[in-house]
Amino acid sequence: MTATTAQGAPLARPGRQRPRLAWLGLLPFLGFATLFLLIPTTYLIVGSLQDRTGQFTLQNYQDLTGGIPVNAYLTSIEISFVTAVAGGVFGFLMAYAVISGGLPRPLRSGLMTFSGVASNFAGVPLALAFTFTIGRTGLLTVLLKDGLGVNIYDQGFSLYTKLGLELTYFYFQLPLMILIIAPAIDGLKKEWREASENMGASSAQFWRYVALPVLMPSLLGSMILLFGNAFGAQATAYQLTGGFINLVTILIGNQLTGDVLHNKGAGYALAMGMVAILGVTLLAYSWLQRRSERWLR
Amino acid sequence: MTAQTPFGDYPDAIESVAGSMAARPRSRPARQLGALPWMIVFGIGVIYFLLPLIGTLNYSFKSQPALSAYTAIVDDPKFFSSLIYSFVIGLITILVSITIIVPTAFWVRLRVPRARPMIEFITLLPFVIPPIVLVFGLISTYSHPPLPFTHTDLGSSALLVAGYVILSFPYMYRAVDTGLRAIDIQSLTEASQSLGAGWVRIMIEVILPNLRVALLSGAFLTLAIVVGEFTMAIFLARPAFAPYLSLLGDSKPYQQAAVALISFGLTWIAMGFIALLGRGSRSGVTVGGAR
Repeated sequence: MTATTAQGAPLARPGRQRPRLAWLGLLPFLGFATLFLLIPTTYLIVGSLQDRTGQFTLQNYQDLTGGIPVNAYLTSIEISFVTAVAGGVFGFLMAYAVISGGLPRPLRSGLMTFSGVASNFAGVPLALAFTFTIGRTGLLTVLLKDGLGVNIYDQGFSLYTKLGLELTYFYFQLPLMILIIAPAIDGLKKEWREASENMGASSAQFWRYVALPVLMPSLLGSMILLFGNAFGAQATAYQLTGGFINLVTILIGNQLTGDVLHNKGAGYALAMGMVAILGVTLLAYSWLQRRSERWLR
Repeated sequence: MTAQTPFGDYPDAIESVAGSMAARPRSRPARQLGALPWMIVFGIGVIYFLLPLIGTLNYSFKSQPALSAYTAIVDDPKFFSSLIYSFVIGLITILVSITIIVPTAFWVRLRVPRARPMIEFITLLPFVIPPIVLVFGLISTYSHPPLPFTHTDLGSSALLVAGYVILSFPYMYRAVDTGLRAIDIQSLTEASQSLGAGWVRIMIEVILPNLRVALLSGAFLTLAIVVGEFTMAIFLARPAFAPYLSLLGDSKPYQQAAVALISFGLTWIAMGFIALLGRGSRSGVTVGGAR
Protein backbone atom coordinates (compact mmCIF):
# COMPACT_ATOMS: atom_id res chain seq x y z
CA MET A 1 0.00 0.00 0.00
CA THR A 2 2.81 2.44 0.80
CA ALA A 3 4.28 1.78 -2.61
CA THR A 4 1.16 3.02 -4.37
CA THR A 5 0.61 6.10 -2.24
CA ALA A 6 4.23 7.13 -2.59
CA GLN A 7 3.69 7.52 -6.32
CA GLY A 8 0.95 10.07 -5.73
CA ALA A 9 -2.14 8.85 -7.56
CA PRO A 10 -2.83 5.18 -6.88
CA LEU A 11 -2.50 3.01 -9.94
CA ALA A 12 -5.51 1.32 -11.39
CA ARG A 13 -3.88 -2.09 -11.35
CA PRO A 14 -1.72 -2.45 -8.30
CA GLY A 15 -3.75 -5.56 -7.50
CA ARG A 16 -1.56 -7.49 -9.87
CA GLN A 17 1.16 -7.55 -7.28
CA ARG A 18 -1.20 -8.41 -4.46
CA PRO A 19 -4.03 -10.49 -5.87
CA ARG A 20 -4.98 -11.80 -2.44
CA LEU A 21 -5.58 -8.31 -1.07
CA ALA A 22 -8.02 -7.63 -3.89
CA TRP A 23 -10.33 -10.29 -2.47
CA LEU A 24 -10.73 -8.08 0.62
CA GLY A 25 -12.85 -5.77 -1.54
CA LEU A 26 -15.55 -8.44 -1.56
CA LEU A 27 -15.77 -8.47 2.23
CA PRO A 28 -18.84 -6.22 2.60
CA PHE A 29 -20.85 -8.40 0.24
CA LEU A 30 -19.57 -11.69 1.63
CA GLY A 31 -20.06 -10.48 5.20
CA PHE A 32 -23.66 -9.44 4.57
CA ALA A 33 -24.47 -12.65 2.72
CA THR A 34 -22.87 -14.69 5.49
CA LEU A 35 -24.79 -12.95 8.27
CA PHE A 36 -28.24 -12.89 6.68
CA LEU A 37 -28.20 -15.76 4.21
CA LEU A 38 -25.54 -18.35 4.91
CA ILE A 39 -25.68 -18.45 8.73
CA PRO A 40 -29.51 -18.64 8.87
CA THR A 41 -29.47 -21.40 6.24
CA THR A 42 -26.72 -23.25 8.07
CA TYR A 43 -28.74 -22.92 11.27
CA LEU A 44 -31.64 -24.70 9.57
CA ILE A 45 -29.35 -27.39 8.12
CA VAL A 46 -27.69 -28.09 11.46
CA GLY A 47 -31.03 -28.05 13.27
CA SER A 48 -32.48 -30.51 10.77
CA LEU A 49 -29.69 -32.97 11.62
CA GLN A 50 -30.12 -32.81 15.41
CA ASP A 51 -32.55 -34.45 17.77
CA ARG A 52 -33.99 -32.77 20.87
CA THR A 53 -30.83 -33.31 22.86
CA GLY A 54 -28.53 -32.00 20.14
CA GLN A 55 -27.29 -35.39 18.98
CA PHE A 56 -26.79 -36.09 15.29
CA THR A 57 -29.77 -37.82 13.68
CA LEU A 58 -31.49 -38.37 10.35
CA GLN A 59 -34.80 -39.06 12.06
CA ASN A 60 -36.13 -35.56 11.23
CA TYR A 61 -35.94 -36.35 7.53
CA GLN A 62 -37.52 -39.74 8.07
CA ASP A 63 -40.40 -37.98 9.85
CA LEU A 64 -41.16 -36.15 6.60
CA THR A 65 -42.04 -39.34 4.77
CA GLY A 66 -45.33 -39.86 6.53
CA GLY A 67 -48.66 -38.09 6.94
CA ILE A 68 -48.96 -34.32 6.76
CA PRO A 69 -45.48 -33.35 5.50
CA VAL A 70 -45.47 -35.79 2.58
CA ASN A 71 -48.95 -34.64 1.60
CA ALA A 72 -47.79 -31.04 1.74
CA TYR A 73 -44.91 -31.81 -0.62
CA LEU A 74 -47.18 -33.71 -3.02
CA THR A 75 -49.77 -30.93 -3.11
CA SER A 76 -47.11 -28.23 -3.57
CA ILE A 77 -45.45 -30.20 -6.36
CA GLU A 78 -48.75 -30.92 -8.08
CA ILE A 79 -49.92 -27.30 -8.01
CA SER A 80 -46.52 -26.04 -9.16
CA PHE A 81 -46.35 -28.63 -11.95
CA VAL A 82 -49.88 -28.01 -13.25
CA THR A 83 -49.53 -24.23 -13.24
CA ALA A 84 -46.04 -24.41 -14.76
CA VAL A 85 -47.19 -26.55 -17.68
CA ALA A 86 -50.49 -24.72 -18.22
CA GLY A 87 -48.89 -21.31 -17.75
CA GLY A 88 -45.97 -22.39 -19.93
CA VAL A 89 -48.09 -23.56 -22.86
CA PHE A 90 -50.59 -20.73 -22.81
CA GLY A 91 -47.92 -18.14 -22.06
CA PHE A 92 -45.95 -19.33 -25.05
CA LEU A 93 -49.05 -19.15 -27.27
CA MET A 94 -49.84 -15.63 -26.08
CA ALA A 95 -46.28 -14.42 -26.53
CA TYR A 96 -46.18 -16.02 -29.99
CA ALA A 97 -49.51 -14.38 -30.85
CA VAL A 98 -48.22 -10.86 -30.24
CA ILE A 99 -44.71 -11.42 -31.62
CA SER A 100 -45.25 -13.54 -34.72
CA GLY A 101 -49.01 -14.02 -34.95
CA GLY A 102 -49.60 -11.00 -37.13
CA LEU A 103 -51.38 -8.99 -34.44
CA PRO A 104 -51.04 -5.19 -34.39
CA ARG A 105 -47.67 -4.15 -33.02
CA PRO A 106 -48.88 -1.98 -30.08
CA LEU A 107 -50.49 -5.10 -28.57
CA ARG A 108 -47.03 -6.52 -28.05
CA SER A 109 -45.61 -3.68 -25.93
CA GLY A 110 -48.93 -3.42 -24.13
CA LEU A 111 -48.89 -7.10 -23.21
CA MET A 112 -45.24 -6.97 -22.16
CA THR A 113 -45.77 -4.03 -19.82
CA PHE A 114 -48.91 -5.58 -18.39
CA SER A 115 -47.05 -8.86 -17.88
CA GLY A 116 -44.40 -7.01 -15.89
CA VAL A 117 -47.14 -5.70 -13.63
CA ALA A 118 -49.15 -8.93 -13.39
CA SER A 119 -46.15 -11.14 -12.67
CA ASN A 120 -45.44 -8.91 -9.68
CA PHE A 121 -49.09 -8.65 -8.70
CA ALA A 122 -48.93 -11.75 -6.54
CA GLY A 123 -49.65 -12.37 -2.91
CA VAL A 124 -52.41 -10.77 -0.86
CA PRO A 125 -54.03 -8.45 -3.44
CA LEU A 126 -54.08 -11.23 -6.05
CA ALA A 127 -55.81 -13.65 -3.71
CA LEU A 128 -58.33 -10.92 -2.84
CA ALA A 129 -59.00 -10.15 -6.50
CA PHE A 130 -59.87 -13.79 -7.14
CA THR A 131 -62.06 -13.94 -4.04
CA PHE A 132 -64.01 -10.93 -5.29
CA THR A 133 -64.33 -12.52 -8.74
CA ILE A 134 -64.97 -16.25 -8.30
CA GLY A 135 -65.27 -16.56 -4.55
CA ARG A 136 -68.61 -17.65 -3.11
CA THR A 137 -70.16 -14.24 -3.72
CA GLY A 138 -67.75 -13.09 -6.41
CA LEU A 139 -68.77 -11.20 -9.51
CA LEU A 140 -68.40 -14.10 -11.95
CA THR A 141 -69.99 -16.62 -9.58
CA VAL A 142 -73.05 -14.41 -9.19
CA LEU A 143 -73.23 -13.63 -12.91
CA LEU A 144 -73.15 -17.34 -13.78
CA LYS A 145 -75.81 -18.09 -11.18
CA ASP A 146 -78.16 -15.26 -12.15
CA GLY A 147 -77.49 -15.34 -15.88
CA LEU A 148 -77.10 -19.03 -16.70
CA GLY A 149 -78.57 -20.56 -13.58
CA VAL A 150 -75.31 -22.37 -12.89
CA ASN A 151 -74.00 -22.28 -9.36
CA ILE A 152 -70.38 -23.38 -9.76
CA TYR A 153 -70.13 -23.97 -6.03
CA ASP A 154 -72.92 -26.58 -6.33
CA GLN A 155 -71.00 -28.17 -9.19
CA GLY A 156 -68.06 -28.92 -6.94
CA PHE A 157 -65.91 -25.90 -7.70
CA SER A 158 -64.33 -24.01 -4.85
CA LEU A 159 -61.77 -21.25 -5.01
CA TYR A 160 -60.34 -22.39 -1.70
CA THR A 161 -59.13 -25.76 -2.97
CA LYS A 162 -56.31 -26.99 -5.15
CA LEU A 163 -58.10 -26.11 -8.39
CA GLY A 164 -58.94 -22.62 -7.16
CA LEU A 165 -55.37 -22.07 -6.08
CA GLU A 166 -54.12 -23.24 -9.48
CA LEU A 167 -56.46 -20.84 -11.22
CA THR A 168 -55.07 -18.04 -9.03
CA TYR A 169 -51.39 -18.97 -9.43
CA PHE A 170 -51.98 -19.01 -13.19
CA TYR A 171 -52.39 -15.23 -12.93
CA PHE A 172 -48.70 -14.69 -12.15
CA GLN A 173 -47.38 -17.77 -13.97
CA LEU A 174 -48.84 -16.75 -17.33
CA PRO A 175 -47.28 -13.28 -17.48
CA LEU A 176 -43.98 -14.61 -16.14
CA MET A 177 -43.89 -17.11 -19.01
CA ILE A 178 -44.72 -14.39 -21.53
CA LEU A 179 -41.83 -12.28 -20.24
CA ILE A 180 -39.18 -14.99 -20.22
CA ILE A 181 -40.13 -16.79 -23.43
CA ALA A 182 -40.42 -13.64 -25.56
CA PRO A 183 -36.65 -13.35 -26.25
CA ALA A 184 -36.59 -16.98 -27.43
CA ILE A 185 -39.46 -16.38 -29.84
CA ASP A 186 -37.69 -13.25 -31.05
CA GLY A 187 -34.67 -15.46 -31.68
CA LEU A 188 -36.53 -17.66 -34.16
CA LYS A 189 -34.99 -16.40 -37.36
CA LYS A 190 -37.23 -15.57 -40.25
CA GLU A 191 -34.70 -17.19 -42.56
CA TRP A 192 -35.39 -20.60 -41.04
CA ARG A 193 -39.06 -20.38 -41.96
CA GLU A 194 -38.20 -19.18 -45.46
CA ALA A 195 -35.67 -21.93 -45.93
CA SER A 196 -38.07 -24.66 -44.86
CA GLU A 197 -40.87 -23.22 -46.97
CA ASN A 198 -38.60 -23.05 -49.99
CA MET A 199 -37.81 -26.69 -49.48
CA GLY A 200 -41.52 -27.46 -49.48
CA ALA A 201 -42.05 -28.00 -45.77
CA SER A 202 -45.55 -27.48 -44.43
CA SER A 203 -46.19 -25.32 -41.40
CA ALA A 204 -46.55 -28.43 -39.26
CA GLN A 205 -43.25 -29.80 -40.54
CA PHE A 206 -41.55 -26.50 -39.82
CA TRP A 207 -42.74 -26.64 -36.22
CA ARG A 208 -42.00 -30.33 -35.80
CA TYR A 209 -38.48 -30.32 -37.20
CA VAL A 210 -37.18 -26.75 -36.83
CA ALA A 211 -38.95 -24.40 -34.44
CA LEU A 212 -39.81 -26.73 -31.57
CA PRO A 213 -36.39 -28.40 -31.36
CA VAL A 214 -34.77 -24.96 -31.26
CA LEU A 215 -37.27 -23.63 -28.72
CA MET A 216 -37.47 -26.76 -26.57
CA PRO A 217 -34.63 -25.92 -24.13
CA SER A 218 -36.06 -22.42 -23.59
CA LEU A 219 -39.59 -23.76 -23.19
CA LEU A 220 -38.56 -26.41 -20.69
CA GLY A 221 -36.24 -24.02 -18.86
CA SER A 222 -38.97 -21.40 -18.56
CA MET A 223 -41.45 -23.95 -17.27
CA ILE A 224 -38.93 -25.09 -14.67
CA LEU A 225 -38.56 -21.48 -13.58
CA LEU A 226 -42.35 -21.28 -13.33
CA PHE A 227 -42.36 -24.44 -11.24
CA GLY A 228 -39.92 -22.92 -8.76
CA ASN A 229 -41.89 -19.70 -8.73
CA ALA A 230 -45.10 -21.46 -7.68
CA PHE A 231 -43.33 -23.86 -5.33
CA GLY A 232 -41.89 -21.04 -3.22
CA ALA A 233 -45.09 -18.98 -3.10
CA GLN A 234 -46.72 -18.57 0.30
CA ALA A 235 -48.67 -15.32 0.59
CA THR A 236 -51.20 -16.03 -2.17
CA ALA A 237 -52.16 -19.43 -0.75
CA TYR A 238 -52.21 -18.13 2.81
CA GLN A 239 -54.53 -15.26 1.99
CA LEU A 240 -56.80 -17.36 -0.23
CA THR A 241 -57.29 -20.31 2.10
CA GLY A 242 -56.61 -18.70 5.46
CA GLY A 243 -53.71 -21.11 5.89
CA PHE A 244 -55.97 -24.15 5.59
CA ILE A 245 -54.44 -25.73 2.53
CA ASN A 246 -51.61 -28.16 3.14
CA LEU A 247 -48.71 -26.74 1.11
CA VAL A 248 -45.05 -26.91 2.14
CA THR A 249 -44.80 -23.12 2.43
CA ILE A 250 -47.98 -22.96 4.53
CA LEU A 251 -46.81 -25.83 6.72
CA ILE A 252 -43.46 -24.13 7.30
CA GLY A 253 -45.31 -20.99 8.29
CA ASN A 254 -47.51 -22.90 10.74
CA GLN A 255 -44.45 -24.64 12.12
CA LEU A 256 -42.73 -21.28 12.55
CA THR A 257 -45.58 -19.82 14.60
CA GLY A 258 -46.80 -22.86 16.45
CA ASP A 259 -44.56 -25.92 16.06
CA VAL A 260 -47.47 -27.88 14.52
CA LEU A 261 -45.18 -30.83 13.84
CA HIS A 262 -44.28 -30.95 17.55
CA ASN A 263 -40.66 -31.36 16.55
CA LYS A 264 -38.47 -28.37 15.78
CA GLY A 265 -35.97 -30.54 13.91
CA ALA A 266 -38.66 -31.83 11.54
CA GLY A 267 -39.59 -28.22 10.79
CA TYR A 268 -36.01 -27.46 9.78
CA ALA A 269 -35.92 -30.64 7.68
CA LEU A 270 -39.16 -29.56 6.01
CA ALA A 271 -37.54 -26.29 4.96
CA MET A 272 -34.40 -28.07 3.79
CA GLY A 273 -36.43 -30.48 1.66
CA MET A 274 -37.87 -27.44 -0.05
CA VAL A 275 -34.41 -25.98 -0.64
CA ALA A 276 -33.28 -29.32 -2.09
CA ILE A 277 -36.18 -29.45 -4.57
CA LEU A 278 -35.62 -25.83 -5.61
CA GLY A 279 -31.89 -26.54 -5.91
CA VAL A 280 -32.58 -29.32 -8.40
CA THR A 281 -34.89 -27.05 -10.41
CA LEU A 282 -32.22 -24.33 -10.52
CA LEU A 283 -29.59 -26.82 -11.73
CA ALA A 284 -31.93 -28.12 -14.42
CA TYR A 285 -32.75 -24.56 -15.42
CA SER A 286 -29.13 -23.46 -15.78
CA TRP A 287 -28.31 -26.59 -17.78
CA LEU A 288 -31.18 -25.93 -20.19
CA GLN A 289 -30.26 -22.25 -20.29
CA ARG A 290 -26.81 -23.09 -21.60
CA ARG A 291 -28.32 -25.38 -24.22
CA SER A 292 -30.77 -22.75 -25.43
CA GLU A 293 -28.08 -20.10 -25.80
CA ARG A 294 -26.57 -22.13 -28.63
CA TRP A 295 -29.31 -21.09 -31.04
CA LEU A 296 -30.61 -17.87 -29.63
CA ARG A 297 -27.92 -15.33 -30.19
CA MET B 1 -47.58 -6.64 -44.44
CA THR B 2 -44.26 -6.13 -46.17
CA ALA B 3 -42.57 -7.20 -43.00
CA GLN B 4 -44.11 -10.63 -43.42
CA THR B 5 -42.97 -11.25 -46.96
CA PRO B 6 -39.99 -13.54 -47.05
CA PHE B 7 -37.95 -11.12 -49.10
CA GLY B 8 -38.51 -8.26 -46.69
CA ASP B 9 -36.88 -5.25 -48.24
CA TYR B 10 -37.33 -6.24 -51.84
CA PRO B 11 -41.07 -6.31 -52.49
CA ASP B 12 -40.51 -5.62 -56.16
CA ALA B 13 -38.21 -8.56 -56.52
CA ILE B 14 -40.72 -11.04 -55.19
CA GLU B 15 -43.44 -9.90 -57.55
CA SER B 16 -41.29 -11.06 -60.44
CA VAL B 17 -40.17 -14.24 -58.74
CA ALA B 18 -43.49 -15.06 -57.15
CA GLY B 19 -45.17 -15.99 -60.41
CA SER B 20 -42.76 -18.84 -60.93
CA MET B 21 -43.04 -20.14 -57.36
CA ALA B 22 -45.89 -22.49 -56.77
CA ALA B 23 -45.67 -22.12 -53.01
CA ARG B 24 -46.28 -18.39 -52.90
CA PRO B 25 -49.98 -18.05 -53.65
CA ARG B 26 -50.76 -20.84 -51.22
CA SER B 27 -48.83 -19.65 -48.20
CA ARG B 28 -49.93 -16.05 -48.31
CA PRO B 29 -53.67 -16.32 -47.63
CA ALA B 30 -52.92 -19.10 -45.20
CA ARG B 31 -50.94 -16.69 -43.09
CA GLN B 32 -53.52 -13.94 -43.15
CA LEU B 33 -56.12 -16.37 -41.92
CA GLY B 34 -53.51 -17.43 -39.38
CA ALA B 35 -53.93 -14.18 -37.47
CA LEU B 36 -57.46 -15.11 -36.39
CA PRO B 37 -56.57 -18.00 -34.04
CA TRP B 38 -53.87 -15.81 -32.49
CA MET B 39 -56.43 -13.06 -32.00
CA ILE B 40 -58.61 -15.57 -30.13
CA VAL B 41 -55.70 -16.74 -27.96
CA PHE B 42 -54.88 -13.13 -27.17
CA GLY B 43 -58.52 -12.35 -26.43
CA ILE B 44 -58.91 -15.22 -23.98
CA GLY B 45 -55.75 -14.13 -22.20
CA VAL B 46 -56.95 -10.53 -21.95
CA ILE B 47 -60.32 -11.61 -20.54
CA TYR B 48 -58.57 -13.77 -17.94
CA PHE B 49 -56.26 -10.88 -17.02
CA LEU B 50 -59.04 -8.31 -16.72
CA LEU B 51 -61.78 -10.30 -14.95
CA PRO B 52 -60.20 -10.32 -11.45
CA LEU B 53 -59.57 -6.58 -11.71
CA ILE B 54 -63.16 -5.95 -12.77
CA GLY B 55 -64.39 -8.21 -9.96
CA THR B 56 -62.39 -6.24 -7.42
CA LEU B 57 -63.55 -2.90 -8.82
CA ASN B 58 -67.15 -4.10 -8.78
CA TYR B 59 -66.86 -5.22 -5.16
CA SER B 60 -65.30 -1.94 -4.05
CA PHE B 61 -68.27 -0.07 -5.56
CA LYS B 62 -70.81 -2.05 -3.52
CA SER B 63 -70.21 0.00 -0.40
CA GLN B 64 -72.94 2.40 0.71
CA PRO B 65 -72.99 5.33 0.31
CA ALA B 66 -71.37 5.32 -3.12
CA LEU B 67 -67.56 5.36 -3.16
CA SER B 68 -67.44 5.27 0.63
CA ALA B 69 -64.89 2.43 0.33
CA TYR B 70 -62.51 4.95 -1.20
CA THR B 71 -63.31 7.91 1.01
CA ALA B 72 -62.88 5.68 4.07
CA ILE B 73 -59.26 5.09 3.06
CA VAL B 74 -58.47 8.74 3.54
CA ASP B 75 -59.75 8.56 7.11
CA ASP B 76 -57.83 5.38 7.88
CA PRO B 77 -54.56 6.28 9.62
CA LYS B 78 -53.39 2.68 9.42
CA PHE B 79 -53.53 2.81 5.63
CA PHE B 80 -51.04 5.67 5.55
CA SER B 81 -48.86 4.44 8.39
CA SER B 82 -48.48 0.96 6.87
CA LEU B 83 -47.88 2.34 3.37
CA ILE B 84 -45.28 4.79 4.68
CA TYR B 85 -43.64 2.05 6.74
CA SER B 86 -43.33 -0.20 3.67
CA PHE B 87 -42.06 2.68 1.54
CA VAL B 88 -39.38 3.59 4.06
CA ILE B 89 -38.36 -0.07 4.40
CA GLY B 90 -38.24 -0.25 0.60
CA LEU B 91 -36.05 2.86 0.30
CA ILE B 92 -33.63 1.62 2.96
CA THR B 93 -33.52 -1.75 1.21
CA ILE B 94 -32.66 -0.06 -2.09
CA LEU B 95 -29.90 2.03 -0.48
CA VAL B 96 -28.32 -0.93 1.31
CA SER B 97 -28.61 -3.15 -1.76
CA ILE B 98 -26.98 -0.58 -4.04
CA THR B 99 -24.24 0.16 -1.49
CA ILE B 100 -23.37 -3.54 -1.36
CA ILE B 101 -23.94 -4.66 -4.94
CA VAL B 102 -22.43 -1.83 -6.99
CA PRO B 103 -18.92 -1.86 -5.43
CA THR B 104 -18.95 -5.66 -5.43
CA ALA B 105 -19.94 -6.06 -9.09
CA PHE B 106 -17.47 -3.29 -9.99
CA TRP B 107 -14.67 -4.91 -8.03
CA VAL B 108 -15.35 -8.34 -9.51
CA ARG B 109 -15.13 -6.94 -13.02
CA LEU B 110 -12.06 -4.82 -12.33
CA ARG B 111 -9.89 -6.91 -10.05
CA VAL B 112 -11.13 -10.35 -9.12
CA PRO B 113 -12.90 -11.88 -12.13
CA ARG B 114 -12.05 -15.25 -10.61
CA ALA B 115 -14.58 -14.56 -7.87
CA ARG B 116 -17.42 -14.15 -10.38
CA PRO B 117 -18.82 -17.71 -10.25
CA MET B 118 -18.92 -17.62 -6.46
CA ILE B 119 -20.56 -14.18 -6.31
CA GLU B 120 -23.10 -15.15 -8.97
CA PHE B 121 -23.86 -18.34 -7.10
CA ILE B 122 -24.54 -16.43 -3.87
CA THR B 123 -26.74 -13.86 -5.61
CA LEU B 124 -28.79 -16.69 -7.11
CA LEU B 125 -29.37 -18.40 -3.75
CA PRO B 126 -32.64 -16.54 -3.04
CA PHE B 127 -34.12 -18.52 -5.90
CA VAL B 128 -33.40 -21.69 -3.96
CA ILE B 129 -34.17 -20.23 -0.54
CA PRO B 130 -37.64 -18.68 -0.85
CA PRO B 131 -38.86 -15.93 1.51
CA ILE B 132 -40.63 -18.34 3.86
CA VAL B 133 -37.45 -20.39 4.36
CA LEU B 134 -35.28 -17.29 4.64
CA VAL B 135 -37.48 -15.72 7.30
CA PHE B 136 -37.62 -19.08 9.10
CA GLY B 137 -33.82 -19.12 9.18
CA LEU B 138 -33.53 -15.46 10.17
CA ILE B 139 -35.98 -15.80 13.05
CA SER B 140 -34.43 -19.07 14.23
CA THR B 141 -30.96 -17.52 14.22
CA TYR B 142 -31.65 -14.04 15.54
CA SER B 143 -34.40 -14.52 18.11
CA HIS B 144 -31.97 -15.32 20.95
CA PRO B 145 -28.56 -14.14 22.21
CA PRO B 146 -25.94 -13.27 21.08
CA LEU B 147 -27.91 -11.30 18.44
CA PRO B 148 -31.54 -11.00 19.64
CA PHE B 149 -32.77 -8.88 16.72
CA THR B 150 -36.41 -9.87 17.10
CA HIS B 151 -36.62 -8.64 20.71
CA THR B 152 -37.02 -5.01 19.63
CA ASP B 153 -39.07 -3.25 16.96
CA LEU B 154 -35.99 -1.68 15.49
CA GLY B 155 -34.19 -5.02 15.43
CA SER B 156 -37.11 -6.74 13.69
CA SER B 157 -37.30 -3.98 11.10
CA ALA B 158 -33.56 -4.24 10.54
CA LEU B 159 -33.94 -7.99 10.06
CA LEU B 160 -36.77 -7.34 7.58
CA VAL B 161 -34.54 -4.97 5.59
CA ALA B 162 -31.73 -7.53 5.65
CA GLY B 163 -34.09 -10.18 4.28
CA TYR B 164 -35.34 -7.87 1.54
CA VAL B 165 -31.78 -6.93 0.57
CA ILE B 166 -31.02 -10.65 0.17
CA LEU B 167 -34.16 -11.06 -1.96
CA SER B 168 -33.05 -8.15 -4.15
CA PHE B 169 -29.62 -9.67 -4.86
CA PRO B 170 -30.53 -11.74 -7.95
CA TYR B 171 -31.98 -8.97 -10.07
CA MET B 172 -29.88 -6.14 -8.60
CA TYR B 173 -26.63 -7.95 -9.33
CA ARG B 174 -27.75 -8.89 -12.82
CA ALA B 175 -28.87 -5.35 -13.61
CA VAL B 176 -25.65 -3.78 -12.31
CA ASP B 177 -23.42 -6.36 -13.95
CA THR B 178 -25.15 -5.88 -17.31
CA GLY B 179 -24.83 -2.13 -16.86
CA LEU B 180 -21.12 -2.42 -16.11
CA ARG B 181 -20.56 -4.55 -19.20
CA ALA B 182 -21.70 -1.65 -21.35
CA ILE B 183 -19.05 0.75 -20.03
CA ASP B 184 -15.28 0.50 -20.08
CA ILE B 185 -14.72 0.55 -16.34
CA GLN B 186 -11.00 -0.18 -16.66
CA SER B 187 -10.36 3.02 -18.63
CA LEU B 188 -12.81 5.07 -16.58
CA THR B 189 -11.13 3.98 -13.36
CA GLU B 190 -7.63 4.64 -14.65
CA ALA B 191 -8.65 8.03 -16.00
CA SER B 192 -10.27 9.01 -12.69
CA GLN B 193 -7.29 7.80 -10.72
CA SER B 194 -4.79 9.72 -12.82
CA LEU B 195 -6.92 12.80 -12.11
CA GLY B 196 -6.51 12.07 -8.41
CA ALA B 197 -9.88 10.57 -7.53
CA GLY B 198 -10.15 8.05 -4.68
CA TRP B 199 -12.31 4.93 -4.71
CA VAL B 200 -15.31 6.57 -3.06
CA ARG B 201 -15.25 9.44 -5.51
CA ILE B 202 -14.89 7.06 -8.48
CA MET B 203 -17.86 5.08 -7.24
CA ILE B 204 -20.15 8.06 -6.66
CA GLU B 205 -19.13 10.38 -9.48
CA VAL B 206 -18.09 8.00 -12.23
CA ILE B 207 -19.62 4.55 -11.85
CA LEU B 208 -23.04 5.35 -10.33
CA PRO B 209 -24.06 7.92 -12.98
CA ASN B 210 -23.20 5.41 -15.68
CA LEU B 211 -25.46 2.83 -14.07
CA ARG B 212 -28.40 5.21 -13.69
CA VAL B 213 -30.85 3.23 -15.82
CA ALA B 214 -29.94 -0.17 -14.38
CA LEU B 215 -30.11 1.11 -10.80
CA LEU B 216 -33.40 2.94 -11.28
CA SER B 217 -35.14 -0.10 -12.77
CA GLY B 218 -33.71 -2.26 -10.00
CA ALA B 219 -34.91 0.29 -7.46
CA PHE B 220 -38.46 0.45 -8.80
CA LEU B 221 -38.67 -3.33 -8.91
CA THR B 222 -37.44 -3.52 -5.32
CA LEU B 223 -39.99 -0.94 -4.26
CA ALA B 224 -42.83 -2.81 -6.00
CA ILE B 225 -41.79 -6.06 -4.34
CA VAL B 226 -41.18 -4.68 -0.86
CA VAL B 227 -44.44 -2.72 -0.71
CA GLY B 228 -46.39 -5.85 -1.66
CA GLU B 229 -44.36 -8.38 0.34
CA PHE B 230 -46.37 -10.30 2.91
CA THR B 231 -44.54 -13.45 4.09
CA MET B 232 -41.48 -11.96 5.77
CA ALA B 233 -43.37 -8.96 7.13
CA ILE B 234 -46.10 -11.02 8.81
CA PHE B 235 -43.72 -13.48 10.47
CA LEU B 236 -41.55 -10.65 11.75
CA ALA B 237 -44.79 -8.99 12.97
CA ARG B 238 -44.07 -5.72 11.15
CA PRO B 239 -46.79 -3.06 10.57
CA ALA B 240 -46.28 -3.28 6.80
CA PHE B 241 -48.71 -2.68 3.94
CA ALA B 242 -49.47 -6.27 2.86
CA PRO B 243 -50.31 -7.55 6.39
CA TYR B 244 -52.52 -4.47 6.82
CA LEU B 245 -54.32 -5.26 3.57
CA SER B 246 -54.66 -8.90 4.54
CA LEU B 247 -56.37 -8.16 7.86
CA LEU B 248 -58.52 -5.30 6.57
CA GLY B 249 -61.21 -7.67 5.26
CA ASP B 250 -62.28 -8.78 8.71
CA SER B 251 -63.78 -5.39 9.45
CA LYS B 252 -63.96 -3.47 6.17
CA PRO B 253 -64.33 -5.79 3.15
CA TYR B 254 -65.22 -3.05 0.63
CA GLN B 255 -62.33 -0.90 1.70
CA GLN B 256 -60.12 -3.98 1.34
CA ALA B 257 -61.12 -4.26 -2.32
CA ALA B 258 -60.36 -0.59 -2.86
CA VAL B 259 -56.93 -0.88 -1.22
CA ALA B 260 -56.17 -4.03 -3.27
CA LEU B 261 -56.82 -1.98 -6.41
CA ILE B 262 -54.60 0.82 -5.14
CA SER B 263 -51.89 -1.76 -4.54
CA PHE B 264 -52.28 -2.92 -8.14
CA GLY B 265 -52.02 0.70 -9.25
CA LEU B 266 -48.78 1.16 -7.27
CA THR B 267 -47.27 -1.90 -8.97
CA TRP B 268 -48.43 -0.50 -12.30
CA ILE B 269 -46.71 2.85 -11.62
CA ALA B 270 -43.44 1.16 -10.64
CA MET B 271 -43.47 -1.09 -13.72
CA GLY B 272 -44.44 1.86 -15.90
CA PHE B 273 -41.28 3.66 -14.79
CA ILE B 274 -39.20 0.55 -15.54
CA ALA B 275 -40.73 0.26 -19.02
CA LEU B 276 -40.02 3.95 -19.57
CA LEU B 277 -36.41 3.56 -18.44
CA GLY B 278 -35.93 0.35 -20.38
CA ARG B 279 -36.72 1.89 -23.75
CA GLY B 280 -33.70 1.57 -25.96
CA SER B 281 -31.90 -0.87 -23.70
CA ARG B 282 -32.64 -4.58 -23.61
CA SER B 283 -31.63 -5.10 -20.00
CA GLY B 284 -35.02 -4.61 -18.42
CA VAL B 285 -35.49 -6.39 -15.11
CA THR B 286 -39.14 -6.96 -14.38
CA VAL B 287 -39.44 -10.21 -12.50
CA GLY B 288 -39.18 -10.36 -8.76
CA GLY B 289 -39.78 -13.87 -7.46
CA ALA B 290 -42.15 -16.14 -5.63
CA ARG B 291 -44.88 -14.81 -3.39
